[in-house]
Amino acid sequence: MTLTTEADRAKHALTTMWTIRRFEEAVDDMFARGLMHGTMHLSIGQEAVPTGACMALSEGDYITSTHRGHGHCIAKGAKLDAMMAELLAKETGYCRGRGGSMHIADVATGNLGANGIVAGGVPIAAGAGLAVRMRGGSEVVVSFFGDGAVNEGAWHEGVNLAAIWDLPVVFVCENNRYGMSMSVDRAFNVDTLAERARGYGIPGVTVDGNDPQTVYDAVADAVRRARSGGGPSFVEALTYRWKGHSKSDKNLYRTREEIESWRERDPIAAFEAAVTGGGATAPALSESDVEECRALARDRVREAIRTANAAPDADAATLTDAVYAPAGEPIAGGTRA
Amino acid sequence: MTTTSDTRSAVGPAVSAVAEPRTLTYSEAVREAMAQAMAADDRVFLLGEDVGTYGGAFGVSGDLVHRFGTERVRDTPISELGIVGAAVGAGLAGMRPIVEIQFSDFTAQAMDQIANQAAKIHFMLGGAATVPMVLRAPGGSGTGAAAQHSQSLEAWFAHVPGLQVVMPSTAADAKGLLLSAIDDPNPVIVLEHKLLYKQSGPVPEEPVRVRLGETAVRRTGTDVTIVATGVMVSRALEAAERLAADGVSASVLDPRTLRPLDDQTIVDSVAATGRALLVQEAPKTGGFMSEIAARIVESPAFGRLQAPVSRLCGLDVPIPYAPQLEQAAVPQVDDIVTKAAELVRRW
Ligand SMILES: Cc1ncc(C[n+]2csc(CCOP(=O)(O)OP(=O)(O)O)c2C)c(N)n1
Repeated sequence: MTLTTEADRAKHALTTMWTIRRFEEAVDDMFARGLMHGTMHLSIGQEAVPTGACMALSEGDYITSTHRGHGHCIAKGAKLDAMMAELLAKETGYCRGRGGSMHIADVATGNLGANGIVAGGVPIAAGAGLAVRMRGGSEVVVSFFGDGAVNEGAWHEGVNLAAIWDLPVVFVCENNRYGMSMSVDRAFNVDTLAERARGYGIPGVTVDGNDPQTVYDAVADAVRRARSGGGPSFVEALTYRWKGHSKSDKNLYRTREEIESWRERDPIAAFEAAVTGGGATAPALSESDVEECRALARDRVREAIRTANAAPDADAATLTDAVYAPAGEPIAGGTRA
Repeated sequence: MTTTSDTRSAVGPAVSAVAEPRTLTYSEAVREAMAQAMAADDRVFLLGEDVGTYGGAFGVSGDLVHRFGTERVRDTPISELGIVGAAVGAGLAGMRPIVEIQFSDFTAQAMDQIANQAAKIHFMLGGAATVPMVLRAPGGSGTGAAAQHSQSLEAWFAHVPGLQVVMPSTAADAKGLLLSAIDDPNPVIVLEHKLLYKQSGPVPEEPVRVRLGETAVRRTGTDVTIVATGVMVSRALEAAERLAADGVSASVLDPRTLRPLDDQTIVDSVAATGRALLVQEAPKTGGFMSEIAARIVESPAFGRLQAPVSRLCGLDVPIPYAPQLEQAAVPQVDDIVTKAAELVRRW
């Protein structure tokens, strides 16, 4: 599948990337105006990774996400109004206002959740893959994480389990060059993280994470392998975080020039150029198609804000009722004591 | 010289020296303790995620990297287990490491090195080795950071023999207790509080130690003893102020160190007031205030109790994101006032 030549695919990819960008910009703005609480980790500049990766997935496939998870959630097909409602601490939010940005999940679309713990989702992805295998399913699990996660024990243990048990998991590293202020140049001694994959005996590739097509190709390959019983793979997608890590970031650890040079490699602008004829192939989209995608993204985000704002605030009266799930059917049959 | 400036130079400095003791924020006080310890002893160093150029997730290490260099203010990858293990090893081999964990919740990643290694090595080796490690980490809710970044985990650590657990509630204690922790040959877990980092208070410029294991009496009253930790201390003091206006006289005690615990000061106070209200941010079940309650009822103060020992704690829920839910999950000043007044009026 080529995203740049098939009009429907191209529109989907472009609209998804714009939706992520507009969503993040809206969040940034509401946060700055004091309308949003807590902290936010924005994925502006990284939109091509979740977009390309999730286009390689089918219905029923799972993802595990991260603290910087709005893009994954959107690309996997979440409802924007329920996401926005969560960030605005509304009862109609994905987590009824209990989770916030770092815990948004959309189990219905297979999104097992953002995670406040770096690398927390990696062994969980292995476990979801194990469940798929044990119940004879054909689903695949994509585990998103950042370059910072690869130095956590949880990452190594999760990847190794998936490797030795041949689980249908694709590990997708969004290498945006920094874990907070820790640059990848200081955080590990290998040149590419794909080398790490070799240490676990699984295929690993490093690709341009600012190009949804390249990400798609690499992930689609890995998904095919996983779905056909070939076990896990690792995809390192090279990208860049334009904004600070979170609200407390003063960007002391990188230069303005570096940020600027990556902004010039804007994944959305580059994709627009490619789909409107920048490449060798025939243009998939016209200028007005592109305009339509942009407008659609903008309108969806606006509508999500409007709907979310009108929703009731999360209700403190029911605070303690969500800690434990209600008892289900007895596992071994018979009657419950 | 004009008359005006003569007057100013004669009066100004003397007056301001007396009237304005130096104040620092809690986070500045922590930084000053680390700086003084590092300046005084080459073995002391700081390691943790983003403690260098970034200045720490909460800005606590600030400019230390510029003063002491990247060897001694050491940025680490995101590897809590590795970081704490490295501190244990460095401590065993003669250094005096201070580890910063960005949120106390992430001590969960490092729990093997904390609870199975650091806490037990001295004992397991028959006293042949020591682990002089300090682990600093902020706990507590109130910032909208939700369930995995807001816990109050002091009871986890206090349950492990071999660890010492410190919870400073003022800027002066943040400095003085940290200095004592750095001096100590045993591992010390220092649980700071995010909401206190920006609070200011008088802090001595000299490296004045606050001894581990001394409960502070923050206010003396006759009707009820309120024992509180962390951010609950200032809430208890505010509550005591309002209770006083309402004719209820409260003592406010701050244990500061949970292990070793100075329970004598608490027991003495409860024996005098006859009532105990124990306030913590952490969830009620299995919390540290249960330990304090037990110490009170096991002591001779039992015979002086005029009311059941009462706990006011966080709800037994993970900390939620929504601000109104987050507030409802942990004790607020109003809750302390109501509960203390009820205890005094009803019994
Ligand atoms: C176990 C754990 N340690 C530390 C943190 C604090 N923290 C949150 S995000 C982050 C950086 C993560 O970097 P990376 O994995 O590269 O993802 P990015 O933020 O770049 O998307 C850190 C240190 C955390 N949330 N969890």
